[in-house]
Amino acid sequence: MNADVLTPSGAVADPRAVAAEESDDLARVVRARRRPARRVHLVIAALAVAALAAVLVRVLLGDYVVALTDLLLILRGETPPDAPGASFIVMEAKLPRALLGLLAGLAFGAAGAMFQTTLRNPLASPDIIGISLGASAAAVIALTLLDAQGLWLPAAALLGAVAVSLLMYAVGRGTTLAGQRMVLVGIGVAALLSSVIQFVMTRTSIQDAQAALVWLTGSLARATWPVIGLLSAAVLVLAPLLAVCARWMRLAELGDELSTTLGAPAGRARLGLVVAVALAAVATSATGPIAFVAFLAGPIARRLCGGRPSLWAAALVGAVVVVLSDFAGDYLIPAVNLPVGVVTGALGAPLMLAVVVTADRAGKA
Amino acid sequence: MTSATLAPPIADGTAVRARGLTLSYDGRRVVEHLDLDVPAGRITVVVGPNGCGKSTLLRGLSRLLHPIEGSIHLASDGARDDVWSLRPKEFARRVALLPQSPPVPEGITVVDLVGRGRHPHHTLVRRWSEADDEAVARAMRATGTLELAERPVDELSGGQRQRVWIALTLAQETDVVLLDEPTTYLDLAHQIDVLDLLRDLNRSRGTTVVMVLHDLNLAARYADHVLALRDGRLVGSGAPADLVDEEFVARVFGLGSRVIADPVTGSPLVVPTSTHHQCGATS
Repeated sequence: MNADVLTPSGAVADPRAVAAEESDDLARVVRARRRPARRVHLVIAALAVAALAAVLVRVLLGDYVVALTDLLLILRGETPPDAPGASFIVMEAKLPRALLGLLAGLAFGAAGAMFQTTLRNPLASPDIIGISLGASAAAVIALTLLDAQGLWLPAAALLGAVAVSLLMYAVGRGTTLAGQRMVLVGIGVAALLSSVIQFVMTRTSIQDAQAALVWLTGSLARATWPVIGLLSAAVLVLAPLLAVCARWMRLAELGDELSTTLGAPAGRARLGLVVAVALAAVATSATGPIAFVAFLAGPIARRLCGGRPSLWAAALVGAVVVVLSDFAGDYLIPAVNLPVGVVTGALGAPLMLAVVVTADRAGKA
Repeated sequence: MTSATLAPPIADGTAVRARGLTLSYDGRRVVEHLDLDVPAGRITVVVGPNGCGKSTLLRGLSRLLHPIEGSIHLASDGARDDVWSLRPKEFARRVALLPQSPPVPEGITVVDLVGRGRHPHHTLVRRWSEADDEAVARAMRATGTLELAERPVDELSGGQRQRVWIALTLAQETDVVLLDEPTTYLDLAHQIDVLDLLRDLNRSRGTTVVMVLHDLNLAARYADHVLALRDGRLVGSGAPADLVDEEFVARVFGLGSRVIADPVTGSPLVVPTSTHHQCGATS
């Protein structure tokens, strides 16, 4: 019942008592607001440390172990005296791979959480609603039919992702059900694009099909410094924009109507999705679609943060997952190199079930 | 858009004035050439049969729906310009809306949800400040939700939750609050609880309240001013005691009834008749 929480209004006469009561209320509000916020900050800090540690593990350990002191020397441009070959291995193989995993993971994680929160739907992550598939279809067509090489491949992927998101934006425009429509259309487009990919695959040579398959699985094997440079530039530009859009995202969570009457028209809230699309698209174009990272980073981060979504926590979860999965894919099974997409896919499916089951239970409670 | 200045400006105790308002929803004209005045500092209740345009009217007044024709002016900015000339946040500092059943963000606590009402007072540079904490504390105190501050909203009962939503609209600190059927999904005790709360807030803060209510008897009990709609047109407005009688109920709802004095409040109480219970058959 509510009667027990009713506060008497206007019953207190003494102005000092009123003032004391008001400052009590204020302290209570401040306390209630800060406690969960502090937890989120702690989680973000811990995840940042974990992401750094994952990068170090990826670079230092493995078949070829590099000492931390040697890594520092290599980063300063010197050659470690006791391991002359280490420089090449770190700079041409291990470090680019770790950095590409870090950047792609950040981008996938943040983009997924932005979509899920803004559209208020856990299914609404770019890898489910066709944006990653748009990139894949374009890349496969470019790879097999146009013989695209080098940076043309990511460029084609980017184009594909943007085309799909423009289509989704167009069908969602000006309706009150924009969110649901975008998700449904996205799932439909995803199905269509997978059949396009399969059609192209059946028509192409076995070599091209194999190259396309590797791309479709999502892998960090193509890590080169130009790709890393482009991706980090994109992340650096898009992250501050995402921070601005996060404010609208928090209103979008209240539904289109309240969001509008609180001063952020629903269309503007969906602007954040444009930034998220760009992030997902550049990451996909660099690595291929890495299964489940965008989809699961948000729910995992949310669990860690005590129920509240946080874009930064989701981004860091994505980074940790991608870097560690890539490491596991290389060394978990001796003499077998699994692409990172295979590992995240294998991890992701059971995790997804766990998310669905626990979400259902929480919903009933 | 008509932006002609109203002469004389709204000084006669009107908070919101609409003239020639025509609203369409999904390509259908739902509200036609409506003229209405919402008295400042009073409780106005919009009544009418299903599909008469009540909710659409509220959407128009809260700028969720752009009118095809007509104008809406607010007393709070001197009724200078039509509301559509205000920037979204300017408007949001003057008029708040509580929609019928807004989604609850996952895992949000009461204090965080109420705090969302402060958005119109923030800018890109000016973020959360002590003034915001104070506004949130005032809103939560007024709605009796302070005890719930740290609780997740999705754990609350329907009645508590509705108080929290009302606290959000209060934290917005507007002088007009619009509510779309604030009592839906609540049992009778909580309906009365919410309406009592709104009346308290109206009396103690002088907030102008406009709400859509389904229940004509509750409308007659809590309204200072009733606006009756039928087929998108205004078919009656005034104090419930002057307005609500048997002829009114027949005209607006097409329903036969006896109207007696509410034994508790003295306001008009509508007792419907039906084919099974003919008027006066039992007495």
